[in-house]
Amino acid sequence: MRSNPADYKLIAPGKLDAVVSLLAEEPGQWLPIAGGTDVMVQFAAGILPARKLVSIWNLAELRAIEILPDEITIGAGCTYTALREHDVIAREFPLLASAARWTGGIANQNRGTLGGNIVNASPAADSLPALLAYEAELLLVSVRGERRVPYLGFHTGYKKMKLAPDELIRAICIRRGFSGYLHYARKVGARNAQAISKVCIAALGQLRGGMIGGEIGGEVEHIRIAVGSVAPIALRLTEVERIVRGKSIDRALVYAARKAATAAIQPINDIRSTARYRSAVTGNLVAEFLEQLGTTGSNSGDSGKTA
Amino acid sequence: MTAEHIIGKSVPRKEGRDKVTGAAQYIDDMTLPGMLYGATVRSQIPRGVIKKISFDPQVDWSEFVIVTAKDIPGKNCIALIGDDQPCLADGKVNHPEEPILLLAHADPHLLRKAVNAISIEYEPLPAIFSIEESERCSQVIWGTDNTFKAFLIAKGDVDSVWATADYIVEGEYTTGAQEQLYIENNGVIAAFDAAQGVTVWGSLQCPYYVHKALMALCNLPEDKVRVVQMETGGAFGGKEDYPSIIAGHATLLAMKSGRPVKIIYDRLEDMTATTKRHPSRTRHRTAVSKDGKILGGEIEFTIDGGAYATLSSVVLSRGTIHAGGPYYWPNVRIRGKAVATNAPPHGAFRGFGAPQSLFAMERHMDRIAQAVALSPVEIRRRNFLKPGETTTTEQIIREEIDLGKLLDRALELSDYSAKKTRFAQANETSPIKKGMGIATFLHGAGFTGSGERYLASVVGVEGCADGTVRVLVSSTEFGQGTNTVLCQIAAEALDLPYEDVQIAQPDTNRVPNSGPTVASRTAMVVGNLVRSAAVGIKQTLIADGMLRSSYSPEEFRAACQRHIAEHGQLRSLARYDPPAGVFWDDQKYRGEAYAAFAWAVYIAEVAVDLSTYSAKVEDFVALQEVGRVLHPILAKGQIAGGVAQGIGFALYEKIVWQNGRMQNGQMTNYIMPTSADLPQIRVFFEEMGNIHGAYGAKGIGELPMDGPAPAIVNAVEDALGTRFDSIPLLPEDIFETLSEAVSADREP
Amino acid sequence: MMADSSEHRGKCEISLAVNGRAKTVRVYPMERLLDVLRHEIGLTGTKEGCGEGECGSCSILMNGELVNSCLIPAIQAAGSNLTTIEGLAEGPQLSALQAAFLECGGAQCGICTPGMILASYHLLNKKPKPTLDDIREGLAGNLCRCTGYMQIFDAVAEAARRRNPA
Repeated sequence: MRSNPADYKLIAPGKLDAVVSLLAEEPGQWLPIAGGTDVMVQFAAGILPARKLVSIWNLAELRAIEILPDEITIGAGCTYTALREHDVIAREFPLLASAARWTGGIANQNRGTLGGNIVNASPAADSLPALLAYEAELLLVSVRGERRVPYLGFHTGYKKMKLAPDELIRAICIRRGFSGYLHYARKVGARNAQAISKVCIAALGQLRGGMIGGEIGGEVEHIRIAVGSVAPIALRLTEVERIVRGKSIDRALVYAARKAATAAIQPINDIRSTARYRSAVTGNLVAEFLEQLGTTGSNSGDSGKTA
Repeated sequence: MTAEHIIGKSVPRKEGRDKVTGAAQYIDDMTLPGMLYGATVRSQIPRGVIKKISFDPQVDWSEFVIVTAKDIPGKNCIALIGDDQPCLADGKVNHPEEPILLLAHADPHLLRKAVNAISIEYEPLPAIFSIEESERCSQVIWGTDNTFKAFLIAKGDVDSVWATADYIVEGEYTTGAQEQLYIENNGVIAAFDAAQGVTVWGSLQCPYYVHKALMALCNLPEDKVRVVQMETGGAFGGKEDYPSIIAGHATLLAMKSGRPVKIIYDRLEDMTATTKRHPSRTRHRTAVSKDGKILGGEIEFTIDGGAYATLSSVVLSRGTIHAGGPYYWPNVRIRGKAVATNAPPHGAFRGFGAPQSLFAMERHMDRIAQAVALSPVEIRRRNFLKPGETTTTEQIIREEIDLGKLLDRALELSDYSAKKTRFAQANETSPIKKGMGIATFLHGAGFTGSGERYLASVVGVEGCADGTVRVLVSSTEFGQGTNTVLCQIAAEALDLPYEDVQIAQPDTNRVPNSGPTVASRTAMVVGNLVRSAAVGIKQTLIADGMLRSSYSPEEFRAACQRHIAEHGQLRSLARYDPPAGVFWDDQKYRGEAYAAFAWAVYIAEVAVDLSTYSAKVEDFVALQEVGRVLHPILAKGQIAGGVAQGIGFALYEKIVWQNGRMQNGQMTNYIMPTSADLPQIRVFFEEMGNIHGAYGAKGIGELPMDGPAPAIVNAVEDALGTRFDSIPLLPEDIFETLSEAVSADREP
Repeated sequence: MMADSSEHRGKCEISLAVNGRAKTVRVYPMERLLDVLRHEIGLTGTKEGCGEGECGSCSILMNGELVNSCLIPAIQAAGSNLTTIEGLAEGPQLSALQAAFLECGGAQCGICTPGMILASYHLLNKKPKPTLDDIREGLAGNLCRCTGYMQIFDAVAEAARRRNPA
């Protein structure tokens, strides 16, 4: 253990307003800590820069999952386990449920939170491609009130986000209505559990007429492809989507999509993997998604797997 | 003769209850009054001269115990085989993480800060990091030519075979370093007082190795050094010689401060600073006849020992002797060599050289098969050693082993032929390519050659005042079942219930030196001595007239108690007696290398997903002939655990090196398989007995490490039709090899 | 840097229940729950293998949920009910899982065993009749270097059978 607990302040006000007031009084001074699965690893390694922390674990205001007719609202303090165990999320948002299932092991899923995953902003964060694919929005709260922003554009660069020093993510909102879509998610890591992803993809698609794979030659009506671990932030592959939208899926289209995908990403060589590998695998997974969309297809929900 | 009543049964693990209730005492569970914590200041460069050591003036250094090389009372070395490894660097460093200074303080947090408050200036020297760089000798970092040791095995007349060969098959195979990754990090507590001397408690395999090292380091006689093994959370060879270093460090701090000192590594320090499996490079050149028989060949087996000699000569020995596999070589020349690089010294890890050379041999057999247009099954069948034939060291195989039959059984258990046919067809269209791979191999148990004779192990069995019996050995338990098996053997030999036999905690004040707990020797060699010593106390009681030759447990207990009441103690010692007819020539490196070989056929089924290039083991059959299965559950557990480590060695465990330092020293980035990654590992045994082993047992602890990697890589090649000769074989490596073919295929 | 009464400045009092017993400790809020258990409370059955939440040796139950105690700051455990390995047996009577681990070879060196048993216990509470895949998933956060997991799976399956004979 390479840090001295005596050097740190950690308070637990127990209520969201108290936390938010504190952040306003001393902006940038207090690091919120939820489940601790990221912060405590840095702490133990002796590389946590913050010295003052405020606990947002188990705040009731952050743990609710609200189901409304058109959208769901997930409290930022919801754990991965809470996501996995929620009926509606498992049924209607399998990309998110898969991401929750792939993160760490059971013990880390019981503590890691969706908000924490967003704010920790690892380029390899498991939930971010799903949030991009579902076009999630974030509810940000401060003493100045609440604002709602699209998740797309929230992360601007490596570990940079449009979050004011006195703001907290309160909830994540996702519009409903994806039944009848193909949901495709895959995480590629060094092993089947407890792995930081080398490549991560979350995608949605639907062919014209709302059917998937039923008619040969059906054009792509809806398509969203998001990838993680291949750039400083998670990316929507908008150029790939543009190429594919309105067309029938055939070998030539898949090839063009693959090329556009590898052109859009910026993978690196790091301790886990290589840029070339990440690039190739991204292309393969985009191709696999499109092939599934175009041929067999499935709207049974989670077709996701881990490699 | 009565039927055995305990041998062959899965009796409860002797210390099992403590382990499942959390009561077992590992070193970090222990504290002593007045105890300080110790830490090590280590080199940040791979090689150089220490110019200056600066202590940050902001720290009150008077609070700290500080130890340098100058404080060493005896010899500044870690006594093992040679004595080239310093306990603390004195002016010069030869590898990253080399220990330079030691600190102790009552507050472990302040201690950590103090370590960071010491800065060291070096004059760096050019460093070398690979076998090839070491061989080039552009930098000589050890001895005159960077060579720790070399061996030559020569049999027959190799030079004559090339002319008559129908095929000459060449190959080069490499294996990477592997971290033992015991889940409990290295740790010790040392205490010193002038009257008693030094006492060390620790997580360790070999109390007497530590004992010997401390005697030399501290200049103390043998009765002033005491080493006690605590419950040990995994070792696999990583706690064979390394504990002498950490124990030496804690001892120096304890001697200087007059207080007990605990040193426990965290995972990062343990991974980056302690021993790993030796990286290897093996080159084969083989003359083969057109009917697939090996006529002869040359094998060059080279291992990277890191910066100091430590155990490299012994790892080299075993790897060199196993390099020919379970095959008949009428002519062979095997050159083994261990070379120096500026990495932390490599050390013992289950298999100890054999996994490296057998990886090469088994990959090479598949290559020979291709050259000769025979199947991997047939090429092995035609070259298996048979009873009466000689190994590469000219050891005659005296047991009636039938490797062909063993292979047949493994093929059946793995459904090999049917799967090969099915996969060949499915692979044509499926994006998931499947393949089958075989490894056939052997593993010599016990110390090589004259090693056991040199060890001269001694074992004790004593009667206790309550009439129970206690086994006295320095052989340690670290999960493999030492306590259980040795108690089983004693109970069987004395015809007593298993519950009536206990085993003493390994404490050099208390137990004789039964040799190190290594080399798969404990059940086979030490077990045999336990049997003798147990019989010894029975004979004493019978000779005394206190016991008849046939007795009940109650009668035994009563006799034992009576004897002790009258004589004060009841104890029998047994000393290793080299078996007749076992000869080894250390000069020519020829003869009976091992008292017994265990034999095995492993078959792996692998699936490679071409979208991610990851290879996954889907099914694994591990079949081995082991003499006698003393405890079915323990034996199966050993094989399954070893296979899991072998799967890691092949597909998952990679050390990322930079300038001699491990960069991925965290469990997040050094990848061992989880429960979600391994297939069912199906374990099967055959038992042909062993005249040299307790109740016919052969050593099995290391055997399972030898087969998985080549079986798996053979299977990957079968699946993809592409050659891979290096492990670990990661998806990135498979991708690089395949990428040209794949991208050509994707163009519309 | 002298340790003096300033050591107590910054510490807070935390009350919690461990294995059904009420405890109050005075610790720094950022102290790891693992260290609180091992040092302040004196229950050394919970182990440290990696300090980074990867190996699961430090697994315990917090309010019935499996967690890695090396990643929990003490203050977040205030008011919680913890179960450690020491809390599973009832006096001399081992729990079904502990007995099964003993009989099936689920423990070799034993260092991963407390965490592994807690993870298994948590799994069986959630899935009383787990499939092999359920067991693999439930234990994927607990690394074992000795067994290759096979006999651990056997132990969990056996314990499941005993807890749910039907």
